[in-house]
Amino acid sequence: MTEVTMTVNGKTVSGSVEGRTLLVEFIRNDLHLTGTHVGCDTSQCGACAIHVNGKLVKACTMFALEADGAEVSTIEGQANDDGSLNVIQQAFKEHHGLQCGFCTPGMVMAAADLLKTNSKPTELEIREHLEGNICRCTGYHNIVKAILAASGQDVSNIAAE
Amino acid sequence: MPKDSGIGAAIKRREDARFLLGSGRYSDDITLLNQTHAIFVRSEVANGEINSIDTSEAEAMPGVLAVFTGEDFVDVGGNPAGWLINSRNGDPMKEPKRPVLAHGKVRHVGDAYAAVIAETEQQARDAAEKINADIKELPAVIDMASALSGKNFVHDEIGTNQCYDWGWIEDNREATDKAIKNAHHVTTLELVNNRLVPNAMEPRCSIADYNPANDDYTLYTTSQNPHLTRLLISAFVLGIPENKLTVVSPDVGGGFGSKIYHYGEEALVLAAAKRIKRPVRWTATRSESFMSDAHGRDHVTKIELALDKDNNFLAFRTETMANVGAYLSNFSTVTPTILHGTLMAGNYAVPNVYVNVKTVFTNTAPVDAYRGAGRPEATYSLERVIDKAATELGVDPIKLRRQNFIKPDQFPYVTAAGLNYDVGDYDAIMDRLEHHADLKGFAQRRKKSEAAGKLRGLGINSYIEACGIAPSNLIGTLGARVGLYDAATIRVNATGNISVMVGAHSHGQGHETAFPQIVADMLGVDPDNVEIVHGDTSKIPFGMGTYGSRSLAVCGSAIVRGVEKIISKGKKIAAHMMETTDDKVDFEEGVFSVKGTNKTVSFGDVALKAYIPHDFPIEDIEPGLEETAFYDPQNFTYPAGAYACEVEVDPDTGQVTIESFAAADDFGNIINPMIVEGQVHGGLAQGIGQALLEGCTYNEDGQLISASYMDYTMPRAADLPSFIVDHTVQTPSTDNPLGVKGCGEAGAIGSPPTVVNAVVDALRSANHNVTHIDMPLTPERVWAAMNN
Ligand code: FES
Ligand code: FES
Repeated sequence: MTEVTMTVNGKTVSGSVEGRTLLVEFIRNDLHLTGTHVGCDTSQCGACAIHVNGKLVKACTMFALEADGAEVSTIEGQANDDGSLNVIQQAFKEHHGLQCGFCTPGMVMAAADLLKTNSKPTELEIREHLEGNICRCTGYHNIVKAILAASGQDVSNIAAE
Repeated sequence: MPKDSGIGAAIKRREDARFLLGSGRYSDDITLLNQTHAIFVRSEVANGEINSIDTSEAEAMPGVLAVFTGEDFVDVGGNPAGWLINSRNGDPMKEPKRPVLAHGKVRHVGDAYAAVIAETEQQARDAAEKINADIKELPAVIDMASALSGKNFVHDEIGTNQCYDWGWIEDNREATDKAIKNAHHVTTLELVNNRLVPNAMEPRCSIADYNPANDDYTLYTTSQNPHLTRLLISAFVLGIPENKLTVVSPDVGGGFGSKIYHYGEEALVLAAAKRIKRPVRWTATRSESFMSDAHGRDHVTKIELALDKDNNFLAFRTETMANVGAYLSNFSTVTPTILHGTLMAGNYAVPNVYVNVKTVFTNTAPVDAYRGAGRPEATYSLERVIDKAATELGVDPIKLRRQNFIKPDQFPYVTAAGLNYDVGDYDAIMDRLEHHADLKGFAQRRKKSEAAGKLRGLGINSYIEACGIAPSNLIGTLGARVGLYDAATIRVNATGNISVMVGAHSHGQGHETAFPQIVADMLGVDPDNVEIVHGDTSKIPFGMGTYGSRSLAVCGSAIVRGVEKIISKGKKIAAHMMETTDDKVDFEEGVFSVKGTNKTVSFGDVALKAYIPHDFPIEDIEPGLEETAFYDPQNFTYPAGAYACEVEVDPDTGQVTIESFAAADDFGNIINPMIVEGQVHGGLAQGIGQALLEGCTYNEDGQLISASYMDYTMPRAADLPSFIVDHTVQTPSTDNPLGVKGCGEAGAIGSPPTVVNAVVDALRSANHNVTHIDMPLTPERVWAAMNN
C-alpha cells in the first residue's frame, strides 16, 4: 500500500492504495464520491469521466498513484457555490438531457471540457466531442440540445415537434 | 389547477437534480458496514461437463470467507419460467432447471459455476483465480437449425433442443395456407433479427444484508420489478418467506428489459450473507454483463405476404426459429410467441395470419425481452416484406400500406392474429409523417447526394404494438403464471401533502415527475406536494414493475382509481364538516362544495380532519385518508406510428449515414410530452443501433466474439441525427381511465425496418438488384450486397 495525496474538488485528500487501484476506485470507494460511475472495463463508456489537472480523463484509465499531487474535479464539484445547478447542469434539466442519469455525470464533465475550449460548438462538434461517452437512454438528441443551450445558442431548430 | 403543471404539461423532471449533482443512489453506491465481496467464476467454454471443482486453494487465500459451488444449491429450487407455452400438438414446453450456480454442466460462456466471498473485492478476485475446475469441453450447440436437427443436446435430460413448436392461431393455419396458394401474388422474404445485448449503462449489482436477530434479509438490487424478484426468490428459489425478505431497487441506471428478471447472483449473495452473517455485495463488470445479462431478439424468419390482383393483403404466414439460449429466463417463452405472433397482422385489415415459432435451446446466454420484446421482430418481418412486395409490384410503399390500413371506422377491430385493437387512425399518422418527411423534396435531395457521389434512400414504415399486457384472466388462459395488474397506495398525510406508493419502477422513465401530474390534476394540488415512492417492497403495494410500456397505462390507472377512492372518502368527510350528505358534495380544483350553495371546504382541511377526528362520526367514517387500488386493465393498449428515414450510402465503402429521421406516433393522451419525446428518442437510437451497428456474435465454438465495447458497437452521438418526433395524432385508448397507450418501446419497434428499407432503396436507386440485407447493415455487408 502506498500513500497518495491529491486535491479533489478543492479539498486536499489522501489515502493508501494498492498499485493496481484505479483512480475511479479510489474516488468511489475511498472518498465515497459516488457520482463518478463505472460503466465498462475497457475505457469505452465515459461514465467515469472527470477532470485531472484541467483535462478530461476517464478515471478508469488511470491508477490512483498516477494522480498523486494532481488537481481532480468530479461531478460533485460542479455545482455553483450555493449548491445550485451550474449552467450546463441546468441546461441538461431544462432540455431533458438525462433519463436514468447513469451516464450523466460523465456527460456533464465532457460538456464542460468542450465549452472550455469551444464556447460556441456546432451540433456536429458536440456529437464528435462526445465520442467517448455512451448514453443508452436519450438517443443523445437532448444531450446535444442541452449543450448547445448551455453555450447560449438557439436550439429552436433542433426542437422536436 | 395551473395548466402548466397537470396532465399534458412538459414540466421538468424533479429527479434530475440529484443525478446532475452526482448524488443519485444506485445500488453500487451503497456501502454497508462490515460488507464483503463476491466474485463469480464463470465458464470459459460454451458446453462442458464439470468433472470436479477443487476449491481448497482458493479457500486458503487471504481474506476468503466462503466459497460456493453448484453443489451448495442442489437442494434449492431453480429460477422458473414465468409463462407456459404449449406446442401445436398440445405438449407443454420443455423446462430444464436453471440452478443458482451451474451444476454438472456449464452451458454457455459466462455460466457461473462457483463464487468466492472475501473481505475485499481484490482478495475475492485473486482467490477466484485459484479455483481449480476440471471441465471437459463438449461440442457446442450454436446454430439454431443444426440444434433442431442434431443429437447434441444443451440439456441431455430433455432429449431435444426444441423448447416448443408453437402455432398461432392453429385454427387459421389451413385458411392461411389456402389464401397463399390461391393468391395473385406472393412475396417471400427470409431474414434474421439480429441478437442484441441490452447494455443498460449501469451494470447489474446485488447486495445482500442478513439480520440474524430477526432472521430477515434485505436485498439491494438493480431490478425493474422488486416485488417480482422477491416473489421468485421466495416461492421458487431459496424459499425465504416473503415477509422476511425486503427487495430494494434504488436508482437504477436503465434496464430495457435486462433487469426484469431474477438472476442467480441475487440468490447467491443472499445465501452467502446468511452463511457468513455479514453483508455480501457483487457488481458486474461490463464483460460479465455481456456474458450473463439476458440478450434480446435472435430470430430467423421466413415470411410470406399474399396479395390479390388489386394489391389487397390476403395473408401473412411466418415460420420463425427463436433462440432462447441455454436456460429459460423468466419471460423468454412469451417473448417470441404471444408478444410476437399476436402482432403479425400489423396495422392491416388482412383476413389471414398464421405464425409458427420453434424456440431453440443453444449454448449461449439466455435470451429474453429487450425493449419492444417480440413486437420489433413482428414489425421488422411485416414491414420488410411489405416493402419488398411494393418493389415487386411497382407500387408506392406508402400507398400500398395506406390501402391496407384498418380504417378508423372499423374499430374496435379484431385482427386475424387475435387481438382486439380498440382505436386508431393510421392514415392520420401517415399524414403527419408525410408532412415532416417532405417527400416532395426527396428527388431533389437524392440528386444532390448523387452529385456528391452518394446514394440516397428513403425508407417508410408503419407499426403497431401492444402495451400494458393484460388482462390477467386472459393472459392466464394463454399460459401466464403471473397476473399483470399494478397497484398504488395514495396516502394523504395530515398536513395535506401526499405520498404515492407505486408498483411501477422508474429507471429513467421519469415517474417521480409524471405520476404526480396525474394526482395533482385530479386533486387540484401542486404536483410538488406529491411524492412518489417506488422500488422498495417494504413500502410499496404488490405491483409488477416496469417493462412493456406498462407503467402509465397500468400503474397510472391504479393511481387514478386510488385517487378516486380518496375523493369519494373526502366527500364523506366534507359532507360531515358542512352538515350535509355526501351525494350533495362536489369536488373540483381542490375544493369540496355543497351543490347549489356557496359552502366550501378545502382539500387540506378535509385531510386534517381525517387525522384529527375529534367530532367525527367514527361509526360511519374511519379515520385517516389512505387508499390502495389494484388495477387490472381490460385489454392491451395499441400505440401506433409511422416513421421515415433518409440515408446516404457511400458506394465505395458501404458506409451508411442517417441523414434524417422522422417519427409520427399515436400514444393516446399524453401526461408529459417532454418525457414522451425523450422516450421516443431513446427507442429510435436503439432501433437504429440494431439496424446499423449492433450484433451480438458467437462463433461456432460458442465463444462470445462481441464481449466488450471494443467489439460490440454501441450507437454514439456522432452515429445519430437529431430526430423529428410528432405525437399530435392522439386517439385515446378506450380501455383505461387515462386514455394513454405507452411510449417506451415505440422507437425501438418502428425504426429498424425503416432504416433497412431506406438502405435497400438507396442501393436500388443505383440499379443494384438488392432485395434485402441482414442487420446490422455494416459497411462490409452493404458493400458486399452492392458487389454481390
Ligand atoms: S468506466 Fe471508464 S470508460 Fe467506462
Ligand atoms: S441517461 Fe441513462 S445512460 Fe444516459
